[in-house]
This record gives sequence, structure tokens and C-alpha cells, in this order.
Amino acid sequence: MTLLEFARGPGLQWAVTVFIIGVLWRLLGVFLLRAKPDLSEPRNPAAWKGLRLIALRSWPRREFLEGTAFGEVMGYAFHVGFLVSLFFFAPHVLFFADVARGLIGTDLRGLVGFGWPTLPNGIITLLSAVAVAALFAVLIHRFVNPVKRLISNFDDYFSWFVTVAPLVTGLAAFSHLSGWPYERLLAFHLLSVELLLVWFPFGKLMHAFTIFAARGTTGMIFERKGASL
Amino acid sequence: MPSPTLREFLRARGVTRREFMKFCTATTAMLGLPATMVPRIAAALGEARRPSVIWLPFQECTGCTESITRAHGATIESLIFEAISLDYQHTLQAAAGDAAERVREQAMKDNWGQYLLIVDGSIPTGNPGYGTIAGRDYLEMLKEAAEGAAAIIALGSCAAFGGIPGARPNPTGAVAVGDVVKDKPIVNVPGCPPIPVVITGVLTQFLTFGKVPELDALGRPRSFFGQTIHDRCYRRPFYERGQFADSFDDEGARAGWCLYKLGCKGPTTYNACATVKWNNGTSFPIEAGHGCIGCSQPGFWDQGGFYQPLSTGNWGNARTVATAVGVGAALGIASAALARKRQRDAEGK
Repeated sequence: MTLLEFARGPGLQWAVTVFIIGVLWRLLGVFLLRAKPDLSEPRNPAAWKGLRLIALRSWPRREFLEGTAFGEVMGYAFHVGFLVSLFFFAPHVLFFADVARGLIGTDLRGLVGFGWPTLPNGIITLLSAVAVAALFAVLIHRFVNPVKRLISNFDDYFSWFVTVAPLVTGLAAFSHLSGWPYERLLAFHLLSVELLLVWFPFGKLMHAFTIFAARGTTGMIFERKGASL
Repeated sequence: MPSPTLREFLRARGVTRREFMKFCTATTAMLGLPATMVPRIAAALGEARRPSVIWLPFQECTGCTESITRAHGATIESLIFEAISLDYQHTLQAAAGDAAERVREQAMKDNWGQYLLIVDGSIPTGNPGYGTIAGRDYLEMLKEAAEGAAAIIALGSCAAFGGIPGARPNPTGAVAVGDVVKDKPIVNVPGCPPIPVVITGVLTQFLTFGKVPELDALGRPRSFFGQTIHDRCYRRPFYERGQFADSFDDEGARAGWCLYKLGCKGPTTYNACATVKWNNGTSFPIEAGHGCIGCSQPGFWDQGGFYQPLSTGNWGNARTVATAVGVGAALGIASAALARKRQRDAEGK
């Protein structure tokens, strides 16, 4: 079995299995916790209005802009680049379509009549490179800023590594950057994705699944208390 | 009387010096050598005498032989192929049975240590009776012939990597030449079948320099297998632009867009199809509208479906995912229940 065969076969299967088990374990373990009863009189009975915090927290607040601008800009640069390259690069779209066909018997085209669009490779490459640059910028910032350096732990650095690795290996495989055989670069790319999947549920990357629920819950609690969002 | 030189042989066949020099120039370029090497190649080729070649076909379909003997017309490449002294090839030779075997044994004895051994087909190791010639099994015959060979050319994917006979579940225990012979230079010329010009190119290089060409990690000549089909594919710009054919008869296919979505294995396949092409340089599979099936790569038969895109992989199936969902949900519910119990216990205290 070659490295690529392992990465495309057993490696991927085990990584997907660990990812699903880990994510469900973490999510259900949190969502099924008993909420602490709030016996106080609500100042605002329409607590659901606090859900708008999900959107509000996605945009910088003017009064904190000076301190948060770097993180906001880099955060958006990374997330947009990462998500666009993940969901709009043609080989990735083919992978997701294959997964959909395996799970529900059809892909998006069969389900709703139109396919998932893909973007030209030039755009994907550019956005991926921007995402990598943003990740390195935040890492340097983490090293330089004494407070961030103090509060950083293994989870922060390892989560950074498993996030940047698929981007770098993907760019290398696509552009044949290192002069290595393509199939070896492709195998490294797949293995780096598998490392990401395995680590995902157990580190801070899990925020991808919990961030909006957490913001919504916080917003509803604040709204109930009559706090300003 | 010594055998005629290649120059004498070609002259007798009506090949002019100009045509011969054109061939030498093309071969030099094909081998990735500088133009200054053309006179040296011409001189070496011209003075080369017919080398003895023993060709052993084992577990094969004769496609490799068909490719080399029939694909081209009377080109200089095919004439050079005729110019070798093919002392044993049981598909092509007139002799049969004991007479043929005696010819092989005599040729090996006369040219011991100097002959070129070409092998097509894999070698079964599961049972000696799976493949025999004149009552002798393939494995024994290969070991004997390899012992006196100057070099071995493993022709086709079966000889180079085990090929289709070696595909899962490999009922005959088929292996490649390189799995059996360890002490001789082996040039793998894979493909199902290999490109005729590639085999004549390898022969030319052997005749010119008297040694095997530079090989890659899989024992293939770098000059022909140094780049992927995808690297040199004329449809590559469509890949870059994200323009793919979704089926073999849609607008994209008619416009000549990239066949990646239709399972083309060009990005992971090293071969010269896109540059040398087939049928006297007419076209190659992708040009004919079908994706590359990756036939010059090890284990190409076991790499998923020919029409399964490269990026789809083997991520599992619905049952595996359902099991993972069940296990994950059970763990989540159990950990939440445990946390609730702890909450209650803490409140009770």
C-alpha cells in the first residue's frame, strides 16, 4: 500500500470516524447539560431577541476597534480564504458530492436541480495564500504580544499547526512547489487534513460548531437581564 | 562474419542518411539530451551491432507485443526494433516447442552476460503450474535468463508492477520482475500497453551508451516518465480555469474541457502519452475524449473506479458513518448524564 493509498483509504476512514464521534460527543455533552435555573424576574421577556448578538459579535465595535482591528482583519482574511478554498475548489466539491452520494444517494444537482459552483483555480490559490499569510501574521502577533504569549498553550499552537498544514500542503500539491512527486504531495495534503479532522473535536477548533450557539445563548441571557448588546 | 552494423542494416532497408539523422535528432530531444549529443548518438547507433535480445512473455495478454509490432508503420523506430537480434519471442517466432527452446538456450549461451532480456507479463509465485513454457515454470525461467542478461527491460505494467494479474485478490501471487531479480539493472517501461516509441527510445539509449538510462524511484526512465500526463496535457488550461466536462456528451466535453470530474488520473500518472502520443503521434486517450486511467502507475487496477474523480477517495460508507454517529451520540449522552448527576450530587450536598 502506497502512502497515497493509505491517505485516500484507511487513513481517511479512521479520521472521518474519529471526527464524527468526537464532534457528537462534545456537542451532545454540552447541549444536554442542565441549564442553571434563573429565578430572577426577567427585565425583557423577549429573550430570543438576544440572538442578534450572533451577528453583532461578528463585526468590530467602534469603541474597541483600535485594539481588535488586527485580529478582526486577519480573522476574516483567514476564514474567508479557508472556507472558499474548502468549499469552492473543484476537487473538494467533487469530494463532498461523492460523500453526499454515499450518504443520501444523490448529490446537490440530483437534490435541487443545480450543482455546487466551483471557482477558477487562480482565485482559490490567491485566497488560500492570503489565508496562510493571515495565519502566520496571527502567529507572529501571538509571539510578539506578551499577554497573548502568556495565555497561549499547546492547544493554541497545535490547532494553528493543523489548520495551516492542509493549506500549505494543498498549495504545494497544486503548484508542485517543492519539486516532489505530485502523488506524494497529495498524500501529505490528505494526511494533514486527516490530522485536522482527528484533532478538531478535542481542541479549540471545535469553536466552529459551538461559536454561534454560545453567542446566541449569551445574547439571550443578556437580553433577559436587560443588558445592552 | 560479424552481424551488420545498424547503419548498414538501415541502408540496406533504403533509409537515407538524412532520415537517419532526423531520427537521431528526434530521439535526442525525446531523451531530454542536449542537441550536441546528436552526432554522438548518430555515430554510436550507426556502429552498433545487433544485440541479442531474449523476450520472455509470462502472465500477459500480448497487448505489449501488439503495441510495439503493430502500432506503427515502417518507421525508423520499428526498423531499429527489427535491427535487434530477437532470438526468442514465442509469439513472433516461427519455431515452437523444443526447437524454440534450443534456440533460446543457444542464444543465451553465445551471448552470456551481454544479451538484453525483455520481459512482459507478471510472474506467478503461488503455484509453479500457473504458468509454464515447455514444461518449465515462469519463475525458474526468469531466474535463469536474468542470470546471463546485461540488463532487463520489464515491459508493460504487468512485468513492471504486477499489473492486472497482480490486482486484488491476486489469485496467482503475481509479482513484478523487480520482485524476483535483485542483482541486475532493470528498466521498467510500464503502460497497458507501453508506448512503442518509449521502448525504442530505451533501446536506442541502451545501444548508444551501453547502459540503462537514468531511472526514477519506480525504475522508469526519467526521460519518458519524468512528468505527469496532467503536467503536459493540452486540456490543463481548462483545469486551471475550473472548466470541467460533467459527462462525456455535455457542452464541456464537446468544448474539450478538462476530464478531471470524469475520473481522469492524469495528475497522478507519469507517462509520455501527452507528448509522444500514440499511433504515429496521432493522439492519446485524453485527446480522444476519455480520461487517463493511470495504466503506467503501480496498482492502477485497484485505485477505485476509472470514472471516480481522483479527489473523491475512499472516505467510507453510510454504515460506517451511521456507526460513528451512534457511538458519538452515546458518548455525548453518557457524558451529559454523568455531568447532570454530578450537578445533582453537588446540589444535594
